[in-house]
Amino acid sequence: MTSGARTTERRLLILGGVSLAATLVLLVATEAFGFTPQDASQPEYRAMPVIGSRVAMWVVAQLHLMFAAFVLAVPMFALIIEIIGYVTKDKRYDDLAYEFTKLLSVSFSFTATLGALLTFMLIVLYPRLAGYMVKIFSWTFFPYVLLFFLEAIFLYSYYYGWGKFSPKVHIALGVGLNIVGTAIMFIADAWLTFMNTPNGISETGELVSMWDAVNNFIWMPINVHRIIANVAFGGSVAAAYGAYKFLGAKNDRERAHYDWMGYIGNFIAISALLPLPFAGYWLGKEIYAYSQSLGITLMGGTFSWLFIIQAVLIGNLFLAANYYLWVSMERIEGAERYRKFIKYLLASIAVCFLVWATPHSLVASVEESRAMGGSHHPVLGVLGVMSAKNTAVNILILTTYISFLLYRRGNKEATVSWARTGNIIQFSIFAAVIIFVVFLGVYGYFVEARVRIGLSVPQVLSVLFAMIAVTIIDIFLFKNAKIRGEIRWGDMPARAQYALFFIAITFAWTMGLMGYVRAGMRQHWHVYGVMADTSPDAFTPTLGFASNVISITVLIFFTFIAFVFWLAGLSGKKTVSETVEEAP
Amino acid sequence: MNLIVVGAVVAALIALRFLKPNALAWTAATWVALYVAFRWGIEPPLPASIVNMFMGIVTIALLAFVSADSERLRSAKSNIVNFLVRKKYTVPLLIVLVALPLLVAFKIYVDMSRSPQPPVTGRTIHPPPPATISFKGKTVDLGAVENPFREIEETDPEVFAAHVENGKRVYHQNCVFCHGDHMEGDGIFAHGFDPIPANFQDATTIAMLQESYLFWRIAKGAPGLPMESTPWASAMPAWEKFLTEDEIWDVIIFLYDYTGHRPRAKEELH
Ligand code: HEC
Repeated sequence: MTSGARTTERRLLILGGVSLAATLVLLVATEAFGFTPQDASQPEYRAMPVIGSRVAMWVVAQLHLMFAAFVLAVPMFALIIEIIGYVTKDKRYDDLAYEFTKLLSVSFSFTATLGALLTFMLIVLYPRLAGYMVKIFSWTFFPYVLLFFLEAIFLYSYYYGWGKFSPKVHIALGVGLNIVGTAIMFIADAWLTFMNTPNGISETGELVSMWDAVNNFIWMPINVHRIIANVAFGGSVAAAYGAYKFLGAKNDRERAHYDWMGYIGNFIAISALLPLPFAGYWLGKEIYAYSQSLGITLMGGTFSWLFIIQAVLIGNLFLAANYYLWVSMERIEGAERYRKFIKYLLASIAVCFLVWATPHSLVASVEESRAMGGSHHPVLGVLGVMSAKNTAVNILILTTYISFLLYRRGNKEATVSWARTGNIIQFSIFAAVIIFVVFLGVYGYFVEARVRIGLSVPQVLSVLFAMIAVTIIDIFLFKNAKIRGEIRWGDMPARAQYALFFIAITFAWTMGLMGYVRAGMRQHWHVYGVMADTSPDAFTPTLGFASNVISITVLIFFTFIAFVFWLAGLSGKKTVSETVEEAP
Repeated sequence: MNLIVVGAVVAALIALRFLKPNALAWTAATWVALYVAFRWGIEPPLPASIVNMFMGIVTIALLAFVSADSERLRSAKSNIVNFLVRKKYTVPLLIVLVALPLLVAFKIYVDMSRSPQPPVTGRTIHPPPPATISFKGKTVDLGAVENPFREIEETDPEVFAAHVENGKRVYHQNCVFCHGDHMEGDGIFAHGFDPIPANFQDATTIAMLQESYLFWRIAKGAPGLPMESTPWASAMPAWEKFLTEDEIWDVIIFLYDYTGHRPRAKEELH
């Protein structure tokens, strides 16, 4: 390690320490604020100049969340990759895991600093809300601070201890890091989900049961949804890092390495993306169960337009992910055999995308809606409802899975005696599941709403079944397979790398959008149904305004991330292993 | 569906398979064919907002198609270059260069010569109902209230039929002028309103709503709508001043009876 790199690391450590200390001080300050009885002269709100309190909180909270998502996700897959490296004794995995981890320390400092800023702003700008939240959740702050402290210890020892501890100890540190990180998120989730679906309080808002307040209706759905989404987001940002290094690579060896890194990052992101819609449905269902009118605000009211934007973004995500795989197949010798299928996969994705993005009630001029006989188009209307959308997303997931399958098979040729039968079975499973999913989708139009919603469960289960069954068959099918040719890592056109950037940015955008929906659906409430928002900002902003705030936040985030990438490039230039060419 | 247009588009796409044009020409032809199909192939026509969105998705997908294969991308690029530099394409190139601005000019001409229209808005059709409403001095809990006559539908069909009959009377005395003879939202007054009266035959109006929701909409009308549904822009009257509670439940029964839809059942809370 050069001395320059070492000073950078030392600086990072100091930065991390300072921001951690700041967080602690602020958290203690929160306690103090909360426990001093509110005197009447204490204002309920203070205004942030120029942009207003709400926008300021909004941007800072979203930035904090994005960094936190990244910092929680990277250790998860870094650890898994490290373990793979440990088990297979393949040093390249260890190097890769280290490289992912390198992105962490600066991001951790950013997360802590932004979290401190968020707390600080909540106390200053929204004293009444801050006071109430402290009153309800005071006892969760102590474990939170403690865990935060542990997180810092684990994270820095995991990072700086790389290669200096025995592998088992190091892996144990990684496990500790992940457990602590997840626990931190669970606590923070309790606070924010309480604001959506408050629980465990009396009619006057006094705390009755702390556990019920924590374990409110959407606490677990949000926890699960966030873990999965964090991994997807973290993977995509790590892949973008790979793409960034690939584009700036000086020689073939680096290109091969970063091509591989981008591929792995993207693989992680897309694997996590596949179950995400299901976690989202669960969350939506719990919101409905908590309050019908909250549910309608979410899915039928103004916010439904944000779901259309979300559908467009996610459709693009799927398209870009598949696109990356298709272009990647060019670097696999033997994958030419599968090129002819790409156009059908693309057609399937395009059709599902069209269905998925079709809104329920259309934006139409008077003339147009008169011609349609209402705000619903008689032909298109059928695509706007839940049954059609569920069907589309299930097929979308299945198509992406097939792209992966073809990619995996690229240079392999099955040698087992039952290869033909195996292929036929796999094909029949796909065909049967697709027919079943489409059948249920159509059947949904002939039953009442309550039954219809229930139909999404067998749809999801059959798709999961197909993916698991086909994967298992595939593993046996390609045991001792003949390898037709090499994977030429690094032999990738630049446009595939831009697809990785596109995926990362689209993920961030979707997160911003949905984060806004989650917070915004409370409308004029701080704590839904319990504490009304009486500030001048107690209205739902227009879609255009909200989209702008979200876009600017995403822009700020990527400016920060570019800085993180740059710093990660400076710190501890670890040499890249020689043998990357054989990467799987 | 407009069968002539759709048939022509399908025929053109099939012809394209046999002609085997180069990648670029194929992509352009497919784009045009899909545009024609979305724009003119569907009856009644799709709103412009949807056509634009669909074509956006189609454009992205076609770009992905061309560039997912390096070979195809290379040939598409060389097609463009050839078209721009080869001598033998001089005349077609000139035609394209003249046609492009002409098309833009034509579009502007068409847009400008259309009669002025109110701007398109994304009105919220089914806004969330309030938790409770006050109706003739008493409080109705919309989360809990049910149609009191729904339960006799099975137990006492005769009395139920009388309620349907009464609902029919209420409908024809009050609602038919706007919502239409067949409840398709096309009564004699309908042409004067924006938004147009709800079409109850449509699967996305009363068929997906609970009866308590309808009670709220009929009792409170447009003035009772929240802001995002532009309450000032809807002609739906507030009927609480003219109809009794029973009459409202009866007309709700009639709406479902006549259209054959079933009201949405209440979700079970857990
Ligand atoms: C002056 C014309 C007019 C009359 C008369 C009228 N309506 Fe309406 N109604 C409308 C309009 C316009 C809408 C759509 C705009 C809206 O949602 O407010 C509507 C919407 C509705 C809706 C909401 C449907 C949905 O999908 O949300 C119901 C229910 C309804 N009307 C019932 C009735 C009943 C029952 C009567 C007779 C008692 C009636 N209307 C009389 C104009 C009218």
